[in-house]
Amino acid sequence: MSNFITTDKGPLIPRNREVHPVAYDPGYKTSVSRSPNLPLLSMESSPSEETGPTFGHGKLGALDNNLVLNWTKGAAPAVGERILMHGRVLDENARPVPNTLIEIWQANAGGRYRHKKDTYLAPLDPNFGGCGRTLTDENGYYQFLTVRPGAYPWPNRGNDWRPMHIHVSVYGHSFGQRLITQMYFEGDPLIDHCPIAATIKNRAQLDALVAPLDLAHSRPLDYLAYKFDIVLRGRRQSMFENKLEGM
Amino acid sequence: MVQKLDTLVETASQTAGPYVHIGLMPTYAGNPGYYDEEIGVSPIEDSCDGEIIEITGSVYDGTGWAMRDALIESWQPDAKGVFPGQEGADPKVSGHCRFAADAETGEFTLRTVKPGKVKGRGGVESAPHISLWVVARGINIGLQTRIYFEDEDNSSDPLLARIEQRPRVDTLIAKKTGEGQYRFDIRLQGEGETVFLDI
Ligand SMILES: [Fe+3]
Repeated sequence: MSNFITTDKGPLIPRNREVHPVAYDPGYKTSVSRSPNLPLLSMESSPSEETGPTFGHGKLGALDNNLVLNWTKGAAPAVGERILMHGRVLDENARPVPNTLIEIWQANAGGRYRHKKDTYLAPLDPNFGGCGRTLTDENGYYQFLTVRPGAYPWPNRGNDWRPMHIHVSVYGHSFGQRLITQMYFEGDPLIDHCPIAATIKNRAQLDALVAPLDLAHSRPLDYLAYKFDIVLRGRRQSMFENKLEGM
Repeated sequence: MVQKLDTLVETASQTAGPYVHIGLMPTYAGNPGYYDEEIGVSPIEDSCDGEIIEITGSVYDGTGWAMRDALIESWQPDAKGVFPGQEGADPKVSGHCRFAADAETGEFTLRTVKPGKVKGRGGVESAPHISLWVVARGINIGLQTRIYFEDEDNSSDPLLARIEQRPRVDTLIAKKTGEGQYRFDIRLQGEGETVFLDI
């Protein structure tokens, strides 16, 4: 047996909580009663965090990553500005994360979700459902065709609006990498007024959630592209990993 | 100046928001049939090896309100303590489930197989447990915790042993309420606050 432990065997790199949003933020009112008061219990990862569910292509349908068409099963396209959302999933060691499930959900072009609890006065689009999913390829690459979601008002302070955003859920290869985030759009003036975006105190980390317009990957007379790369936790790589402590 | 590290920074989390069910549980969100097959509908096939159990509970916010919009994911090994994907794993255990608080009552139920003990790095053995990840509106980064079981020997579990304030250990232990039935409540904040993990 080799002494060398690959990046897929070592413990997960501990999460740097400073690059994440704070749990408690009075500007985002719901977080006030939903944030733990007591410190989290920190430990080195174990098999429970280092393993995780895997999903095969068999579960996915042909239109699952095409939100323009998937609600009507291809019968009629959704209303709105057509966009390609694409990018790569990498880990903290800058290695691509292949074959991992990405799921997205979003409001329609008018800012309305197809959810029984969304009562915003903007109408539903009969041709738009608002969710999609795909697996990254062997280079960690993924893409979705969708429409640009509308900004929408939400009950928080007197006049709060969410910037245009797409919710993104990623698995990685282990349960400890599980992440949900949101993609924003370059140039949206509402980002700087949003209490949810503002839960991230590190400006560079918020900027990293803002997808740039990517004309090189846009398709003339069809769609604009936005690039959104996602970084998941990595694993420690060391050839000393399996030696006893102190040796 | 120093050399540059070639590591990347993890993408920042953002809240799953009130409409998380659209993306992760379309049927629950009122959109059945969106996908041919949804993810995490059940962690087991009923004919798997081991004892089938049901765990019921609620996620309470700091005011004591049972949240109606919480969504939970679970991950666990099979009855022998082998995780799906590992050699010898029970093919009828996917180990992963998504479940949501009921929109009327705030109660959730996880139906699964009781997991076995797991050997970790250095041969250290963990008591049987199920890992949970809780998301909802107002939770800015998913909360990790674990379910242990009242009727198992938890005395030498390495994680439980790390909890300094011993009464807090109870927040991670499901209470047996009947044959194959357990109660496990999650309290986000305040009295009886659940131990959340940074692993
Ligand atoms: Fe949203």
